[in-house]
Amino acid sequence: MIELKNVSKTYANGTKGLNRISLSVDKGEFVVIVGLSGAGKSTLLRSINRLHDITEGEIIIDGSSITRASGKRLRRIRRDIGMIFQSFNLVKRTTVLRNVLAGRVGYHPTWRTILGLFPKPDQELAFQALERVNIVEKAYTRADELSGGQQQRVAIARVLAQEAKIILADEPVASLDPLTTKQVMDDLKRINQDLGITTIVNLHFIDPARQYATRIIGLRAGEVVFDGPVEDATDEKFSEIYGRPLRQDEMLEEHAI
Amino acid sequence: MSGNQHTERRVRPQAPGRLKHYMTVVLVLLLLWGSAVQTESTLSELIEGLPNVLDLIRQMFPPKWSYVRHITDAMLDTIRMALLGTTIGAIAALPVAVLSASNLTRTRWIYMPVRFLLNLVRTIPDLLMAAIFVAIFGLGPLPGIFALAVFSFGLIAKLTYEALETIDRGPLEAMTAVGANYLQLIAYSVIPQIQAHFASYVLYTFEINVRAAAILGLVGAGGIGLYYEVTLGYLEYNKTSVIILFTLAIVLIIDYLSSKLREKLL
Repeated sequence: MIELKNVSKTYANGTKGLNRISLSVDKGEFVVIVGLSGAGKSTLLRSINRLHDITEGEIIIDGSSITRASGKRLRRIRRDIGMIFQSFNLVKRTTVLRNVLAGRVGYHPTWRTILGLFPKPDQELAFQALERVNIVEKAYTRADELSGGQQQRVAIARVLAQEAKIILADEPVASLDPLTTKQVMDDLKRINQDLGITTIVNLHFIDPARQYATRIIGLRAGEVVFDGPVEDATDEKFSEIYGRPLRQDEMLEEHAI
Repeated sequence: MSGNQHTERRVRPQAPGRLKHYMTVVLVLLLLWGSAVQTESTLSELIEGLPNVLDLIRQMFPPKWSYVRHITDAMLDTIRMALLGTTIGAIAALPVAVLSASNLTRTRWIYMPVRFLLNLVRTIPDLLMAAIFVAIFGLGPLPGIFALAVFSFGLIAKLTYEALETIDRGPLEAMTAVGANYLQLIAYSVIPQIQAHFASYVLYTFEINVRAAAILGLVGAGGIGLYYEVTLGYLEYNKTSVIILFTLAIVLIIDYLSSKLREKLL
C-alpha cells in the first residue's frame, strides 16, 4: 500500500509542484494519473520512489516511510518499486539481458554485481521476464538495435526481474506509435492482473486511461482535482481536470485500439 | 544598368580597417627579433652550420643495419614501458575522472580541486617528470614507467571526465530507481556509456607514450633513448640513423594499428 500524507513540493524558485496531496493506493490497483503537462504528474510519481524529494508531508510504502529513509534502507524500499520511463532509459550499448539483470543489483553484494556474477536463478528470472513480454529472442541483442516499443518492453522486463511490488510508469507510451502503445499498455495490464503488482501510470491521453485504469486520479496545478473509479470519470470531469473543453486529439487512439 | 537604382539607395559599407592586422604582424616580428637577440641566434650562424648538417647526414648514411640486433631489446623495452605506463595511468584515471565530472560528483568543493590537481599534473613535462623519478628511484625503466603513468593519468582522466559529462542521465535515473548503490550505478549505467571512448583515449595515450618513451632514455629512464646518447657520444652517426629509422617505423606501425582500432571502437 502506498500512502501520501499531505505531500507538498515547492521548487527552489518558489513554484509549487505538488500542493498538499493526500491519497492512498491499495495493493493490486491499476491507477492512471491524468492531467496537462506541468500539472505535476511526473513530480508525483517521482516522489513515490524519491527520485524527487518532497518538501512537506510524508510518503509511506508498505508501512515504511520512504521520506525518512536513507542509505541502505532507502535502496531497499526502492528495490520493491519498479519504474518505467518515457525514454526507456536502457543502457543502449549493452545487451538486452544485461539491461534486465540490472534490475537484480539490489539483491546481491556490490562486488558480485560489478563482476556481473548473477546466480543461476537470477538468469532464469531474467529470461522469464523477457518471455512474459514476448521478447526473449532478443536477449543477446544490443539494446540500441531494438525499436522503441521493444525497448519499452525490455524496460518492463527489467522491472519484472526486479520483482517489484509496485510499478510506476511515467508516460510509458508517449514516444510510441498507437499500435505499440497498445502492446505496452496490454503488457502492463496483464502483469498487474497476473502478478497483482500495484501499478501507477501517468498518461496524457484520455482513452487509454479509461480503457486500462481501475481508478483515475486527475491532477491540476499540483492538486488532486479528481479521484475515483473509471465510471465516474466522465467527459465533463476530464474537462474539469484539463480546465477546458476536451479536444478530439486528446482522446486519441479510439480508432487505433 | 538596372543596378544603378540600388547603388544609389544603399550605402556600401566601408572596408574594415587593416590597421589591426598590420599591428599584429609588427608585434609578431618584434617578438621573433627580440627572442633571436636574447638567445644570440643569428641566421648567419645557421648558414655557417649548414655544411656541418650536411656532413652529419653524410655520416649517417649508409645506416649500419646490423645494429638493429643490438637495440631490439631496448626498443621492446620502450614499448613495454609505454604499455605499463599507459595501463597504470588509465586505471588510476578512471576513479579520478568520476570525481571530476560535475554530473556524477555533485559537490563543487570535490570536483573543482580534483580538476585543479589534474591540470597541475598535466603541466609537468614528461621528460622533467622522468628526471625527477630517476633521481628518486635510480636509473632504469622503472622511473620511465612512472613518468609515463603520471602523464597518462593526467591526459586520460581529463578526456574521460569530459566524456562523462556528456552521458545520458536516463540510465542513471533507472539504476537509482532499481535501488542500486553508487558503485553499482557507476558500473551499470556510467561505464557502459563511456567504455568505448575510454578505450579510445587509452589507445591514443599509448601512441603518445611510445613516442615519449623513445626519448626518456636521455635522462636515464630506460628504453631506446639511452642509445641515442651513446651513439651520438661516440660519433657513430651511422648507428644513430638506424635508431631513428627503427623508432620511426615502430611509431608509424603503432599509430596505424591504434588509429584503426579506434575507428572500430567509435
